[in-house]
Amino acid sequence: METAQHIYESEHEATSTGLPNAKLAMWVFLASDCLLFGALITTYVLYRGASLVGPYPKDVFDIPYTSVSSFVLLASSLTMVLALAAVQRGDLARMRVWLLATALLGMTFVGGQVYEFTTFYREGLKLSTNLFGTTFYVLTGFHGTHVAIGILMLLSLVAMSFTGKITQRESMTVELVGLYWHFVDIVWIVIFTVVYLIPTGK
Amino acid sequence: MRRITRLAPGVGALAVVAAACAPNNHQDSLNPQGPYAQKIDTLFTPVFWIAAAIFFIVEGMLVLFAIRYRHRKGRPQTPPQIHGNSRLEIGWTILPALILVGVAIPTVSTIYDLARTPTGNVLNVNVVGHQWWWEVDYPDQQIVTANELHIPVGEPVYVSLCAAGVGYGGVPAPNECQPGPPKGAPPSAVGDDVIHSFWVPELAGKQDVVPGRTNHLVLQADRPGTYTGQCAEFCGLSHAYMRFKVVAQTREDFDAWVRAQQADAVAPPAGSLAATGMNDFLNGQCIACHAIRGLQVNGQPLTANGGPNLTHLMSRSCFRGCTMPITRANLEAWLRDPQAVEAGSWMQLNPKLSQDQIDALVAFLMTLR
Amino acid sequence: MASVSVPGETVRGGLLRRPRSTAGFWSWVTTVDHKRIGILYGATAFFFFLVGGVEALFIRLQLAQPDGKILSPSTYNEFFTMHGLTMIFLVVMPLSAAFFNYLIPLMIGARDVAFPRLNAFSCWLFLFAGLFIYSSFALGGAPNGGWFGYAPLSTVEPGNNMLFYSTGLLMAGIASTVSAVNLAVTIINMRAPGMTMFRMPVFIWMALVVQFLLAFSLPIITVGLFESLFDRRFGTHFFDPAAGGDPVLWQHLFWLFGHPEVYILILPAMGIVSEILPVFARKPLFGYQFVVFSGIAIGFIGFGVWAHHMFATGLGPVANTAFGISTMIIAIPTGVKIFNWLGTIWRGDLRFTTPMLFALGFIAQFVVGGLSGVTHAVVPADYQQTDTYYIVAHFHYVLFAGAIFGLFGGMYYWWPKIFGRMLNERVGKVQFWIMAVGANLTFGPMHILGLEGMPRRIQTYTPALGLGVWNLVVTIGAFTIAVSVLIFIGNAVASFRRPKDAPADPWDARTLEWTVPSPPPPHNFDEIPVVHALDDFWHRKYAETEEGTLVPVPAGGSGDPRSDDAHGSGHGIHLPSPSYYPVIAALGFPLIGYGVIFHWWMAVAGAVVVLAGLYGWAFEPAAE
Repeated sequence: METAQHIYESEHEATSTGLPNAKLAMWVFLASDCLLFGALITTYVLYRGASLVGPYPKDVFDIPYTSVSSFVLLASSLTMVLALAAVQRGDLARMRVWLLATALLGMTFVGGQVYEFTTFYREGLKLSTNLFGTTFYVLTGFHGTHVAIGILMLLSLVAMSFTGKITQRESMTVELVGLYWHFVDIVWIVIFTVVYLIPTGK
Repeated sequence: MRRITRLAPGVGALAVVAAACAPNNHQDSLNPQGPYAQKIDTLFTPVFWIAAAIFFIVEGMLVLFAIRYRHRKGRPQTPPQIHGNSRLEIGWTILPALILVGVAIPTVSTIYDLARTPTGNVLNVNVVGHQWWWEVDYPDQQIVTANELHIPVGEPVYVSLCAAGVGYGGVPAPNECQPGPPKGAPPSAVGDDVIHSFWVPELAGKQDVVPGRTNHLVLQADRPGTYTGQCAEFCGLSHAYMRFKVVAQTREDFDAWVRAQQADAVAPPAGSLAATGMNDFLNGQCIACHAIRGLQVNGQPLTANGGPNLTHLMSRSCFRGCTMPITRANLEAWLRDPQAVEAGSWMQLNPKLSQDQIDALVAFLMTLR
Repeated sequence: MASVSVPGETVRGGLLRRPRSTAGFWSWVTTVDHKRIGILYGATAFFFFLVGGVEALFIRLQLAQPDGKILSPSTYNEFFTMHGLTMIFLVVMPLSAAFFNYLIPLMIGARDVAFPRLNAFSCWLFLFAGLFIYSSFALGGAPNGGWFGYAPLSTVEPGNNMLFYSTGLLMAGIASTVSAVNLAVTIINMRAPGMTMFRMPVFIWMALVVQFLLAFSLPIITVGLFESLFDRRFGTHFFDPAAGGDPVLWQHLFWLFGHPEVYILILPAMGIVSEILPVFARKPLFGYQFVVFSGIAIGFIGFGVWAHHMFATGLGPVANTAFGISTMIIAIPTGVKIFNWLGTIWRGDLRFTTPMLFALGFIAQFVVGGLSGVTHAVVPADYQQTDTYYIVAHFHYVLFAGAIFGLFGGMYYWWPKIFGRMLNERVGKVQFWIMAVGANLTFGPMHILGLEGMPRRIQTYTPALGLGVWNLVVTIGAFTIAVSVLIFIGNAVASFRRPKDAPADPWDARTLEWTVPSPPPPHNFDEIPVVHALDDFWHRKYAETEEGTLVPVPAGGSGDPRSDDAHGSGHGIHLPSPSYYPVIAALGFPLIGYGVIFHWWMAVAGAVVVLAGLYGWAFEPAAE
């Protein structure tokens, strides 16, 4: 979607607002995605402490571990910014490095999530065990899927940069992926706070 | 345009006339028979007439303008170019708002009025929705029956609505409907169930029966009589067949009914066909779901598990969600193949009953007075 | 299309050769032209309209008399569920989308939507979602839990029926979300020079509000559908009371989407009516700003009224009071619109063409739905009305006698623009009157039926209730509507046998789409127009004296588009080229859907197809 540029843009024709179509579209999409996470987080909060059987959050959570992987994800926002700065300077080589670094940090986060899921699973928390398992896996799973899609987009950017589709003049594609990536990071801050940091009582 | 506008108020007027003249079907929300339904009707009637007045004003203006300002040959084709009129527009924003304030005040007071828990001489009833019949429990009287709600006239009835009794998926659901009636009148142990809605229009508005929640409804009848009701929330295959009756009786008649319902079932005389039927009942598939108070298996009282309590079956007038009268022929048809009588019925006979068994079981059931 | 592309183009890059045909089947499959996509939406929606209509006729046959034997309970439940799903998701929404797609660029003075290939993707995904849901009839049973799919009925009933519901609607939701983003950006960003927000036609305003309603309500139902799907498929407990879950959560998620959805369905028709009335009254819309702001207000308040669908659920008096009052408040901007429409025809020079009849019919009948809607806001009254035929009457007055009438008016109005041929006016008027009689016969008596105790969604009823007479009237009404639809089909077919002779501006209209030939060329405008006023085209044709009377602008200032032809036929205008990839990417989704229901390998295959489509798309230039 991000790369579906309209002919007018490639002609650099002005839009009514001055904002490029693709960027405006990304903002509208992210606003819409906010409500997706809003509904998921609401579900989680509604069912907080409502599980009839364990394991409960306090039985499985390893806050220091998840804090580290959260930090990794946040760090990836920094490398994303550096990648954008690089392409805007016209430094494609450096851009590729930073994009790969961002993807790598993202993969570390997703890998950490997979490890966390398997640990929880071995400790007896399945999707169908209780409401905690149900809401936890689905909420964090949706977020993880978003990160995974982001990683695919980052890697695609690197691939596209070799075909000449990413240039200093056409740096907006990188900017769009960046917007998405930062959004996913911010959502994680909310999820991490709501799910891990606010105690549930049970 | 003319035809529409003649028709639309026509339909509206017909609605009023038809509502007034319709034969009483005992399920008519415009024919309130108790104070709670009356409160709703008292609120609805003026709102209806306000709406009707607005309807006639708007449609009248539409027709008037359509006739008055229709294009006519010779008339100049250049009507005045009026772009709007702020004062008018603010007016028709504020005026409806004022009307709505007038409607909102009695609305809110009635909401709270209806939500109040009745005090004084109140009959408590638990109504449990099942696919597709109604279980009616009287916790204070220790009575369990089905599809018929008996009430004394002139007294408020506080109905607690539950979709699940006990044993819900092995985990007790947080439910005020538990515990059911105490010993002697074991409550149905209910499996998974879905949302229903309890509605007896002449006595009260409707209230949903939601698994995991307990909802409440107050109803009251002013006169003795039978009022019909129906499940109003789509609940699967036989939703249309999930009906019930409210039987309002004088206090004396109600007390007599209570006493009769509290009695144990009487075993039929040994050697009769009915006695054979009782043996079939106790040794067959029936007791998996149905209970009869006073009968025992291995010294244990029967426990209803999803099926209606049959202790005083013949005292009721109807079964299958109160859509079939209890007659010999209907009972036979039901026992022969419940699935054929009720689509998706939870009553599954495996193996099917022989004609002899059916004869004996029906003979037995018809002794349960 | 190729005729307006840059000459000397070369086909390069990508797996697939760039599609080049400009006519025939493949040109339609690969088109990215918003006008063709609009027609595809319209044709698909009309096809589903016939299907949903036939379902309705079967339902009415079954209910014509007590103890009906036409449909078994299981078939009946499938039919009423599919009737609702079809009419909402596969008819009114895409029919509105047809008008949006076709008209938005033309009315704001653009050559296409912001993302033409994305537009094609939305269209195909919507069609595939519809076919996917309907394929359930052949694959073990159609959805049978109502369009509202209340848990736990939808999550515990045996069979795959409701899995088709959740997966199918997820697909349709993706299509609609993508389209909403696309069209919102188009309206915000691609207006012609001078076309400020408050010079946009009201239809465009309503379209914009609808896109935001879609973008912000669909994600909520998406979450609900995923949770419902997971409850069925993976044993989660979102709506499972046995594990502490609450079925009412589904109701909140559903109606948080479901109520904005009602405005998604009605606002386009309101926009159409707001376009038609001024043209045939030969007067500007009365209080343009009020109409626009009331539409925006409806959009906002529409998110705050959802629980009025749940007054009998047991939310308690506080919630019921709050939502009762918010529902009354939303009646105010709705009333404003009606009075402004009346103000528009007041002192006009009214011509009762077919589009005008449908627009006036919309107002006359929508008032009924609006007023019965206010009686639902009277919460205790709703305790009686909810889940009865009174509600069925209410929303059919809004959605059939309202939205569908508005959309039919739109079809008659824009048919000459879209197909270059007029529909027969006399036949159109006959159709209108038959349809109006049919609609009122069908939906009027339902008010009475509901108040007299007929619940919704019942497969049959007992003679003792005395509901047989009105039900028979309703059934007769339904068949009357069917006759009117057949007349429309006849009119449409006949129009295609006539030469393309519709003038560019047959109605002496006011907005930009009438400045271009009928049908418009692929590039829409030879030159992007410069807009100076609201109803710009009208002001090019007529001037107003100080007393507000009209004076035709002398020739030369005329907007007769045929004179524009002298400027050339659009050579050298770059247009996006057709592409295979949107339809390929869309094709993967039903595969994923079948995979979720039947075998996982199909889902994997589907995901590969989607990814392949998206990658082909990303690496293909938008235009060659």
